[in-house]
Amino acid sequence: MTSPVVDETAARHYETVIGIETHCELATATKMFCACPAAFGAEPNTRVCPVCLGEPGSLPVVNGRAIEFAARIGLALNCRIAERSQFHRKNYFYPDMPKNYQISQYDEPLCLGGHLDVEVDGELRRVGITRVHLEEDTGKSLHVGATGRIHGADYSLVDYNRAGIPLVEIVSEPDLRSADEARAYAEELRAVLLALGVSDAKLEEGSMRFDVNISLRPVGHAALGTKVELKNLNSLRSLHRAVGYEAERQRRVLAGGGKLTQETRHWDEGRGRTEPMRSKEFATDYRYFPEPDLVAIQATPVWVERIRATLPELPAERRHRLAEATGLGAREVGWLARDPEVLAYFTEVAAGRDPRVVAGWVMGELQRDLREFDRTMADNPVKPERLGELLDLLAAGTVSATAAKDVLAEMFTTGARAATIVERKGLAQISDTGRLESVVASVVAANPDLAGKFRGGKQGVLGALVGQVMRETKGRANPKLVTELLRRAIAGEDARPR
Amino acid sequence: MSTSGAGVPLAGLTAGELAERFARGETTAVEVTGAALDRIRATDDLLHAFLTVTDEQALADARAVDEARRRGEPLGPLAGAPLALKDVLVTKGTRTTAGSRILEEFRPPYDATVVARLRRAGVIVVGKTNMDEFAMGSSTENSGFGPTRNPWDPTRVPGGSSGGSAAAVAAGQATLGIGTDTGGSIRQPASLCGIVGVKPTYGLVSRYGLIAFASSLDQVGPLARDVRGAATLLEAIAGHDPRDSTSIPEVPADLTSGLERGVEGMRIGRVAELFPSEGTEPGVLARVNEAVDRLERLGARVEDCSLPSFEYALSAYYLIAPAEASSNLARYDGVRWGLRVKDATDVVDMMQRTRENGFGAEVKRRIMLGTYALSAGYYDAYYGQAQRVRTLVLRDLERAFERFDLLVGPTTPTVAFPLGARVDDPLSMYLSDVFTVPVNLAGNAAVSVPAGLSEGLPVGLQLIAPALGEATMLRAAWAFEQDLGFAERPREIIVDDRVQIAPNGDSPGAIKEVRP
Repeated sequence: MTSPVVDETAARHYETVIGIETHCELATATKMFCACPAAFGAEPNTRVCPVCLGEPGSLPVVNGRAIEFAARIGLALNCRIAERSQFHRKNYFYPDMPKNYQISQYDEPLCLGGHLDVEVDGELRRVGITRVHLEEDTGKSLHVGATGRIHGADYSLVDYNRAGIPLVEIVSEPDLRSADEARAYAEELRAVLLALGVSDAKLEEGSMRFDVNISLRPVGHAALGTKVELKNLNSLRSLHRAVGYEAERQRRVLAGGGKLTQETRHWDEGRGRTEPMRSKEFATDYRYFPEPDLVAIQATPVWVERIRATLPELPAERRHRLAEATGLGAREVGWLARDPEVLAYFTEVAAGRDPRVVAGWVMGELQRDLREFDRTMADNPVKPERLGELLDLLAAGTVSATAAKDVLAEMFTTGARAATIVERKGLAQISDTGRLESVVASVVAANPDLAGKFRGGKQGVLGALVGQVMRETKGRANPKLVTELLRRAIAGEDARPR
Repeated sequence: MSTSGAGVPLAGLTAGELAERFARGETTAVEVTGAALDRIRATDDLLHAFLTVTDEQALADARAVDEARRRGEPLGPLAGAPLALKDVLVTKGTRTTAGSRILEEFRPPYDATVVARLRRAGVIVVGKTNMDEFAMGSSTENSGFGPTRNPWDPTRVPGGSSGGSAAAVAAGQATLGIGTDTGGSIRQPASLCGIVGVKPTYGLVSRYGLIAFASSLDQVGPLARDVRGAATLLEAIAGHDPRDSTSIPEVPADLTSGLERGVEGMRIGRVAELFPSEGTEPGVLARVNEAVDRLERLGARVEDCSLPSFEYALSAYYLIAPAEASSNLARYDGVRWGLRVKDATDVVDMMQRTRENGFGAEVKRRIMLGTYALSAGYYDAYYGQAQRVRTLVLRDLERAFERFDLLVGPTTPTVAFPLGARVDDPLSMYLSDVFTVPVNLAGNAAVSVPAGLSEGLPVGLQLIAPALGEATMLRAAWAFEQDLGFAERPREIIVDDRVQIAPNGDSPGAIKEVRP
């Protein structure tokens, strides 16, 4: 993009208006309209049948579980469940869509008019939910050739395993105002979906992805500006960066006196910028009409109430409860409550222990080790009671914090209990004054200048001396005791006649 | 060729007559199937009713039926009867074209529910029959593989789109036929070929495995030489199918036991809109008026009635059916099955050129019509308006059925017309369905039953019933058929040495009758 001269004052007079369409694959056992397994990751074109391949003559049959899941989402997002809703056909040609139409919902969606409360910088923002509807996913194309796009490809490969997997589309109102808010909304929505157990919401596997509409308007204006759609953002990081970039791009165009065109743009993660998509790659007229192969969905009030009664605790309630119970701050609470697996783990470890210490370890060292050993919470080898034992050793002063980190890493590799590792590796903290006094004395003797500075009132140098003692003892010395002994040793030296 | 004791070709018997001969041990499924296949070999170069003859499979199936009968297994009333299957129902491993070049080599991976039910009933499928491409047409001339000829007069069309199945039954190539009816595609060819054809209530017969033309209108139904045969075949294929969401959960299972109860006291409405002052041939009108009189003589109470919305039905039909077709036919793009053009520059070029080369003119016309009718800005004026007409037709019919058990009129305005007469004039072709489309829009049932001849060609009487009113409808049709005693069959112009059979594809003028 050419950079026009930017009038910063004019630029500041625009506000960013963002709405997000979230697509999320539902975790049903089978696909939306046939009995093929809906799981991720099989050999290409092995989870297919005449229905999801759109073979001539085949007909769709609705997966009742998918309807139920979508209704759960709608209810969790405070939507109304339509008594009568209907599937439509969305017509456009693309080789990864077997029928060249997608069975979706159009003007009669299952869920309408809700909201989701999102916390941004400690403030609560209410984001309107326009609708939640059901549709089927497409297959995946791979266009081989110079462009990587369908036009001009040497050849194209298609995998239809994903075709027909149930998707919900959750459409927000244009209530978001910044990249931070957009990300916070996406995170909160993901937490809700996970809490409901209706989706694994794995961004990295594409089971949750975002289309974002962004426009700018002068502050105080009600009318929306020219909107740009960013398609298929598949990580929170991409979402945040793309929205930030695009808002800034539009601001520059407007500030430079230019005009924006309504268009669909593609986020180039590598180059960190948005680019216009070729107009041929998306249709403008989908020729929606009611799907004649399916009958309308009738949601009786009894059915809706039965589903409402089974809704689990939602992240917002969970955060509130956690904050009350632990006294932890908003950041910790937000982090721990985001993922039900993490929360369950934390809760088990924190029972009868200091929640602050447990939170610190679960959020810090445990996550570092999970990354290090390429594990997730789901296959975390350190069970809650095992981490609890380690933290008990720490609390009792048996191991130092430094040693405890090594013990945890060792637990990842060997699966042994903390006490065993501490014993085997001799990591028990040295709290024996007699053993430490000689080390302290030699460190003080070897650093007369530091000792002098301390005496001169520079308290800060004590840390360096403690560090040396810890090094000498391979991290096993009790740091509290070392500090005390150092003070005493330096003071004692002081008292000696010169 | 194999003939019965009375000198009638075996495949020319009704299903009921055949069942009696099986029961008496006078013939076998293998013998009857062999006779049907002989008849196809002798006549189909001229008629071209079949696109694929499944002779080996048919004989194997016939042997299995004969063995089951020998073992004394309980067999249905249609076991061993040869059947002509419209090539729009998928058959596992057997080529299924829907009359289109785009599916010329398509071998489906599964059987349609109707096909599975036929096999379970012991019916012998002797082949897949010709049809207008994707069932779009009223003469079978829109087939991508050449037209079918009418056995009554090979210079004329058999009607369509189920013209192949209708011609096969009329010509004695099979005892029974399966067709599909989206706007009249069973009733109109049944009428033109002098046989019985039923368009069942929408949802009575599964559409799973029926290659869709217009999903909200398509329905599979029977073709037979007599009403009982049609009723028995409908019984065999009807019933709920969990694979078809539009199939009716609870349907009447018995359509035959009450056939002979007559029409005494039945209230029948003579629909004014089906007897317009213009456009219907006098000979057709005469036969249908005689038929109405006959029903009255048999004890039915006939009264006039009017269903004003019928006037708009054809226009509404030609928006709704193409709209659905434009979407249903989008999947034929060369990516997964069927025709794929060679030397495409990329995938988009391949898809475009495959469709350009694979579809015939009428199919393209309807795809364009339907695409237009669904376009943003036109949807309400066309598709939306057509749906409102559809609702009016439904209401008119519901109101009429408060007063009447059945409605009556001609099936189609004319007898079989000459090949080529209407191919360049789509509107006159569409008018062939003017009396049949209202029933498809409303989703209720109708039957065409032979009502005699006009100028030597068959005329069909249409009886219209409310949804799931098949039993009453077939009862009236049976009473009428018995009383009329319509026994005429196509002249034996195509049998033995009396006619020199023209090679398939010759112009109608090339047929020479050779008198002994």
